[in-house]
Amino acid sequence: MKAIKYSGLVIFLVGFGIFTSAVFFGYFNFTKQELDSYIIEKGYKSERLKEELKKSIVTDKKLSIFEFSSKVRAAFENSNNYHNELISKYNSEKNWDKKSEQFQYTVFGKPHSLSYDLAKKAGKGFFKEEPKLAWWLTFGLGIFGALFFILPNISLLGKPGIKNDGIYFESSTNRGWIAWLVLVYLVVFYLLLYFMPDYVVNWTFIFDPISNVLNGGNASQWFVYGFLYCVIMILMGIRMYIKYRNNKYQIVRTTSVLFFQIVFAFLIPEIMTSLNMPGYDFKSAFPLDYDFFFEWNIKSLQSSGAIGVFILVWGIILTLIIVPVMVYFFGKRWYCSWVCGCGGLAETLGDPYRQHSDKSLNAWKFERWLIHSVLLFSLLMTIVTLYCYFSGTSSFLGIKSQWIKDAYSFLIGAWFAGVIGTGFYPIFGNRVWCRFGCPLAAYLGFVQRFKSRFRITTNGGQCISCGNCSTYCEQGIDVRAYAQKGENIVRSSCVGCGICSAVCPRGVLKLENGPEKGRFNPTEILLGNDIDLIKLLNNQ
Amino acid sequence: MEHIVIIGNGIAGVTAARHIRKKSDKKITIISGEHRYFFSRTALMYVYMGHLKFEHTQPYENWFWEKNKIDLLQRFVTNIDTDKKQLIFIDETSISYDKLIIATGSKPNKFDWKGQDLDGVMGLYHKQDLENLEKFAPNNKVCKRAVIVGGGLIGIELAEMLRSRKIPVTFLVRENSFWNGVLPAQESEMINKHILEHHIDLRLNTNLKEIIPDENGLVKSVIIEGTNEEIPCNIVGLTAGVSPNIDFLKESTIEINKGVLVNRFLETNIKNVFAIGDCAEQKNPIGNRRPIEAVWYIGRMMGETVAQTICGNKTEYKPGNWFNSAKFLDIEYQTYGWVFSEKNKAENEAHFQWQHPSENKCITISFDKNSHEFLGINTFGIRMRHEIFDRWLSEKKSLAFVLEFLADANFDPEFYKVHEAEIIAKFNQEMGTNIQLKKKSWKRIFSKA
Repeated sequence: MKAIKYSGLVIFLVGFGIFTSAVFFGYFNFTKQELDSYIIEKGYKSERLKEELKKSIVTDKKLSIFEFSSKVRAAFENSNNYHNELISKYNSEKNWDKKSEQFQYTVFGKPHSLSYDLAKKAGKGFFKEEPKLAWWLTFGLGIFGALFFILPNISLLGKPGIKNDGIYFESSTNRGWIAWLVLVYLVVFYLLLYFMPDYVVNWTFIFDPISNVLNGGNASQWFVYGFLYCVIMILMGIRMYIKYRNNKYQIVRTTSVLFFQIVFAFLIPEIMTSLNMPGYDFKSAFPLDYDFFFEWNIKSLQSSGAIGVFILVWGIILTLIIVPVMVYFFGKRWYCSWVCGCGGLAETLGDPYRQHSDKSLNAWKFERWLIHSVLLFSLLMTIVTLYCYFSGTSSFLGIKSQWIKDAYSFLIGAWFAGVIGTGFYPIFGNRVWCRFGCPLAAYLGFVQRFKSRFRITTNGGQCISCGNCSTYCEQGIDVRAYAQKGENIVRSSCVGCGICSAVCPRGVLKLENGPEKGRFNPTEILLGNDIDLIKLLNNQ
Repeated sequence: MEHIVIIGNGIAGVTAARHIRKKSDKKITIISGEHRYFFSRTALMYVYMGHLKFEHTQPYENWFWEKNKIDLLQRFVTNIDTDKKQLIFIDETSISYDKLIIATGSKPNKFDWKGQDLDGVMGLYHKQDLENLEKFAPNNKVCKRAVIVGGGLIGIELAEMLRSRKIPVTFLVRENSFWNGVLPAQESEMINKHILEHHIDLRLNTNLKEIIPDENGLVKSVIIEGTNEEIPCNIVGLTAGVSPNIDFLKESTIEINKGVLVNRFLETNIKNVFAIGDCAEQKNPIGNRRPIEAVWYIGRMMGETVAQTICGNKTEYKPGNWFNSAKFLDIEYQTYGWVFSEKNKAENEAHFQWQHPSENKCITISFDKNSHEFLGINTFGIRMRHEIFDRWLSEKKSLAFVLEFLADANFDPEFYKVHEAEIIAKFNQEMGTNIQLKKKSWKRIFSKA
């Protein structure tokens, strides 16, 4: 069994290695005809741009993606600079006609995105030409290897029960060098994905056939990410099934997050796209789905007929009614650890790292400041955006709509939720984003704390203060601090993953939805002691 | 300002300190030789198993003590001068007190076995035992086999710990079935089987004769009494129970027996000197309870009680209904009220039992044969609600009542399979009754008695 497990690891690493090194494979160039038709397709009017591009990427040389990208970015920059200089020149000459003529020649867009778009067309080599084989060599090997690595746990882990042996001895789960390596890899991965997609264009070639089947178009980096996300969740979900097979709650919950990720976040939007509808994730609620009220989204939905209007109404109802009502009945767990995609990844890929969340009082203070600031930020951004949308102005309260949207997308959407939120799993725990950043979690937290039937019940006086619950709480809640006093745990940040209950050796904790009365139970003296004393103290 | 000195920073001493602080601004000093900060002794096993780091066993962050003005002293007390109201430390310095709480806990029992003080022989109680274990049994290359002597709660925990590092374990148990002085036969046998499933070499009816050293004074093997079988091993765990850790009081005027003798107010024979937790021995046992109860919860309850007395609200120690819990490898155990083993049960105590046909789940309900009053319950592999059973015991509910409302008491996580219907079916069949299970009701569960 061990041999199977370790050969699985080797196979996985080979697939993973090929996938990673794909960045360095293949080559990129254009023929003159290819460039001309690309420029026509894009409607670029600048002769200067055409020349610059021709000079740099119409070549027989096999450019690497890095050379290609830097040449393309330079071409766009040179061309834009040229036209901008003309604009200022005509401006100073007060030659308004010439000046306004120039505007059509500048190209907007992030340099790496412009480069990505060209690279997608200009790519050649193995990954472009043999995408199916490439898929098997990367994802195929990776998936098989991971399965061989994970499945033997059924027998290696022994009988069903708590499976945390050796977590603090392993480099990968005890902040050792493997954990740091994973952190660096994840951070770089997200930086490339968000800010330098052209560098990973080879990955998208692997998925062109699958993407074509699903939505009728070639794969973007987001398609790759979505697919990868699902594959990782399924594989690590299988790991969860084995690890927590003694605990039915974990089995059901894991099945639920897998279902919502695969069907709602991945398949339905892809199929909608193939039917010329806007691809929409029906479970993604504002303000986590922060661009829901952006002009482009509202416009796109309005122009999509009945389904667009339905999505618009659904999105509003989801946030204003469905989400809080469900939190009232079931706690915010129904969303955060049963449905949400971010939560789904945290509960599968992130499970080996859940013990790293900081349990100190200072971390809790920091958490409350930060998450509520993000909530305010997202609301302010949305108010500005909506005001500008309806009034037709470009700023509100002195804040430019475009500026605040860009700032939020960059700081919160990309850096916090992606690079930090997932990249930091191996060192800071698997819920960094959900605990410190997610504005939806902050909103649900208010409902859970003040108006909900959900609580984690502490079982009388049975706690022995061992600390397993606190250690394995991914949200950094010091569960033991409540349990050892016989108090129920009612905390806005609790996502109801149920692990505290699963790892308790004394059966002290139970997640449950009950009457609001008695949800908070401050008891001075624990159960089991003299009844008169309990009464005396509780009546004081 | 009155100075309260507490010897021992376990759950009893620390609970007392916290509650005294809540009610007063007296000067409080906690002394411990073992470790500066309070940690959960019951969690030491998880450190060895790699579930936790030692710091995770500390329920309070280190700033807590200073913030609450509780002074901590890491010293060993060697004697108490009750006339001068002074504690003498190992380095012959001293500290004076106005009121003293002795909460020094337990130490592992040793029964004058030959070789019991060799290197590699250890209990599982103190932090130092954990350090010893890391030294002598870090893995299965250094420690080729471990022998554990004494089949109780600590013994099975030590076995689980060693198995987590794949160290072969031989488990010597004096009784003819595991812990059957406490557990009814059905449950004891289930645990026997479970121990074997975990590849632990369980030897029932077996006693230790002596421990043999090698040329370096380390453990080499043990000899079994009777058969004289020699079992080679590198460590020996002595887990044949614990007794009060009070040797340092032998020279003092404080009255001791096995433990420090206390009255119902937890007072010793010397005024202003109290004893709580594992080291306290009740002069007159309370109800069915033993005079010394070395249980986490007892330490906590005594700490809560003595704090009242010290803060001027003289309070008798009146423990409520008995409860306890433990874990045998993968099987959780909870008990509420009194369930005695066949060996120890009273004449009027009868049992109703149910066992799952394939899983490690079973229950024993004890009741009064004559009045059918519910006396207590043991559950294995099923979690039960403490509050509900506490209420039912206080209200002296009948056996039939408990069965009828059993669903209210279930505390298993959501989606778990419930067995109340099967349990009641078996009961009806055995007793010729027709009890119908009531559906779980939140209203009943949360209605305070």
